[in-house]
Amino acid sequence: MSFIKKPRITKGLPQNGLGLSIVDYEGAMSTLCAGCGHDSISAAIIQAYFELEIEPHRVAKVSGIGCSSKTPTYFLRPAHGFNSVHGRMPSIVTGANAANRDLHYIGVSGDGDSLSIGLGQFCHAIRRNVNMLYVLENNGVYGLTKGQFSASTDIGSTARKGGAVNQQPPIDPVLTAINFGCTFVARGFSGDKQSLVPLLKAAIQHPGFALLDVISPCVTFNDHEGSTKSYAYTRESERTTVYADFIPSREPIETDLVQDVTTVTLHDGSRIALRKVDDDYNPFDAGAATAYIRDHQDQGEIVTGLLYMDEEAQDLHAMNNTPNTPLNALEPSKLIPGAAKLAALQKAWR
Amino acid sequence: MKPTDTSDPRYYHKVVDCQWGCPAHTDVPEYIRMIAQGRYTDAYLLNRRSNVFPAILGRVCDRPCEPACRRVRVEEEPVAICRLKRVAADLADDIRSHLPAVPAKKNGKRIACIGAGCASLTVANDLLPLGYEIVMFEQFDQAGGLMRTNIPAFRLPAQVLDDEISMIVELGVDLRLGHRIDSMAALLEEDFAAVFVGTGAPRGKDLDLPGRQETERIHIGIDWLESVAFEHTDHIGERVLIIGVGNTAMDCCRTALRLGGESVKVMARKPRGYFKASPWELEDAEEEKVEIIVNHSPKAFVVDGGQLKGMTFDHLEYHVDADGNLQSTVIDEVFVACDDVILAIGQENAFPWIERDLGIVFDEWDVPKVDKATFESTRQGIFFGGDSAFGPENIIWAVEHGHQAAISIHKHCSGDPVAKRLSHGMNLLSTKMSLHEWSFSNDYDPSNRRRMRHVELKQRFDELNIEVELGFSAEQFVTEVKRCLNCDIQTEFTAKLCIECDACIDVCPVRCLTIIENGDRTDLVQRLNTPVTNPDAPFFVSDSLPQTSRVMIKDENLCVHCALCAERCPTGAWDMRKSELLIPYAIDEEVAACNQKTG
Repeated sequence: MSFIKKPRITKGLPQNGLGLSIVDYEGAMSTLCAGCGHDSISAAIIQAYFELEIEPHRVAKVSGIGCSSKTPTYFLRPAHGFNSVHGRMPSIVTGANAANRDLHYIGVSGDGDSLSIGLGQFCHAIRRNVNMLYVLENNGVYGLTKGQFSASTDIGSTARKGGAVNQQPPIDPVLTAINFGCTFVARGFSGDKQSLVPLLKAAIQHPGFALLDVISPCVTFNDHEGSTKSYAYTRESERTTVYADFIPSREPIETDLVQDVTTVTLHDGSRIALRKVDDDYNPFDAGAATAYIRDHQDQGEIVTGLLYMDEEAQDLHAMNNTPNTPLNALEPSKLIPGAAKLAALQKAWR
Repeated sequence: MKPTDTSDPRYYHKVVDCQWGCPAHTDVPEYIRMIAQGRYTDAYLLNRRSNVFPAILGRVCDRPCEPACRRVRVEEEPVAICRLKRVAADLADDIRSHLPAVPAKKNGKRIACIGAGCASLTVANDLLPLGYEIVMFEQFDQAGGLMRTNIPAFRLPAQVLDDEISMIVELGVDLRLGHRIDSMAALLEEDFAAVFVGTGAPRGKDLDLPGRQETERIHIGIDWLESVAFEHTDHIGERVLIIGVGNTAMDCCRTALRLGGESVKVMARKPRGYFKASPWELEDAEEEKVEIIVNHSPKAFVVDGGQLKGMTFDHLEYHVDADGNLQSTVIDEVFVACDDVILAIGQENAFPWIERDLGIVFDEWDVPKVDKATFESTRQGIFFGGDSAFGPENIIWAVEHGHQAAISIHKHCSGDPVAKRLSHGMNLLSTKMSLHEWSFSNDYDPSNRRRMRHVELKQRFDELNIEVELGFSAEQFVTEVKRCLNCDIQTEFTAKLCIECDACIDVCPVRCLTIIENGDRTDLVQRLNTPVTNPDAPFFVSDSLPQTSRVMIKDENLCVHCALCAERCPTGAWDMRKSELLIPYAIDEEVAACNQKTG
């Protein structure tokens, strides 16, 4: 960490369509270790919201406990924020989203917060298809408690010191999410912002639960030779399968790119462009995607990119048939049916 | 692109914009830090090493450093570098005991310096410690040259001039005041090992328009200022027109206000933005209610019966043509009444006293041919410097000419080729003290430039010699020094340590770093995180990075030297290192020659 404040210098900075420059999307100075992958993810998040021209105060950022869960402080200073109980971020977002569907929700979590204490919460938020971006900052280690193996540590990985070898199989968040019917599943790497920022933009705009698993090396406890989540290992083993890009509705698709690009149109007319590296990969087929990811995993490769998406599924609000007006904006008379209606309802079940 | 060689002194020198912009390459960030530490005497001495006259220049330098200052890229105004120099001079102890000792036993070589201005004085300052005898000829009764005759005392008090000049003269200059040299040939018959001509550009340009010769009330600016400085002139008419809008014009108009001028107008031929005067000098003149009238081209002096009535001007309108050139059309003719006219439209060198058959070749404009690096004329052993070398410039240029000429004179006298000189060197030293602690203050201070305090408008006209600027107060300079961005504390990158975690890129407040695949320059600049706005600025390309063979790129133009990249780097691939430019002077040439002899 650093002790000085980051200079706020805006002279000559480009502005987005809202007249905001990128510093308007920044947060407080990070107190994480120097070189932490999480800081790069925060920078990518800042970049993504800036480029999408989303007003920072129209975002709600929610997290649990852990190094990753500290990071919402470090981006989007004017956004709403809630730092919740360990592993309970999905419930908070579900509640907030139910009450006000108009905000952009970003949940930030880690492998401990999502795959250990919060695994149940994680799975159920996916099932409900809460319209949110779920960023899982995955470093395969309990960093805040000084480097124990986490639920995403691969078999055979070693601890930084003492020679302990992990024997338990990892929980893969991507496979888990596809299994539970997640409607947008992607994996990125904190050290590859060129791919990460477009993935974030697509995930933010996806109208449902978007999981973005980001390999984020722990520079202090898990960036050594026995780690499968180090900078060096990830760079050697990363295999990007589908590049994603978000195209706002007002922008035409450049024709010279179209031939090997599949586009998915979102409800507001904007599109997500998918560029496949492997021709036979089908990101719309959950079974095939799962098999592909598992195959490459067995070969020691980390498959990254936009791995699965389903734009047809209904989100939480559609399933519950809620009105377009956020519940927190409804008149009490409309929101609360009243004693007479309740009595009538109860009578119907007697 | 090939990896940048940061061990080449030119690379980091160019990053220190103020030092690069200064003709004498004064180590600005270091002296500002010394002021911050309360080391005023050290700050003065560091200044003196390169610019010789810190107290004088701290008041009247044309400050090429300030427009270059990095601070302008961050906010509106540069660090008040010049006025901080004055702070060092105001607060320094007597430094005479720190000056190099002058050997009692001379080396037997006598050098003639013609003119006792800043160039000649610098030559003396550099050569006296080497055992030379300096004989300095000055036509007036006081030393200082144009610093004394052309800069009004309300900007540069005589006491300040006397102090810094006497420091040099007391080293043992044989100063011959009131001794005008009228013949170079006669001088050359004397026993001088070398001659330095530092006679300035003493001839003010005239304006040959109808009526010019019919009255005594039209004055040449620099001659008029000179006669004011020597108290031969002590009044002027109520209505004064100044022709020209350079810095001499600013001195003329402000002086006129102090000698009885009530309505003083500066007549400019061009619109604002095309004035030659420095913005701060314009500002100071306008604060004193001088009127600047634009787009008026002088046409004639109106004289009636030997009495000046005024001037006629063409009133112009300007437009920019297709080629981007300024074109004018005359709208009408205007008469402006006045009692006196002062011409401040430039000055030039004049050498009526140099015979043309001495082997000193003069060019088509009748000025001597002078080598730009050695300052030697076409006759060996005769050197020119200051305004007499290449025409009117500023004091700081003349000082640098003096330094270079001193080296040449020493080489000439030692029988070495004058063109073979030491080049700049550089020290590069880490400022790391502990984990996130540096031996400099890297915390960015967003304060704006402090305003210079001035004597009240009414009070300053009471007497001609009241210095207008009061200098910075302690509170002011304590803030002002913090505005310096420490451009000499360099971000030195060691590629083999980098793990490409992007921490530096993410934390950089100005986004001046990029890691990308290497390419040629035109290709690289299109892929940077922030577009290049100044293609002349230094541009760093690292060696290939270990993990991906990409390269780290840094656009030095944007960097604010906050050290956050180095604080965030988990492997120490970035380090903050202080670059110190080593500038050779005559004495260093002597030391190098001695070292060579002794092996």
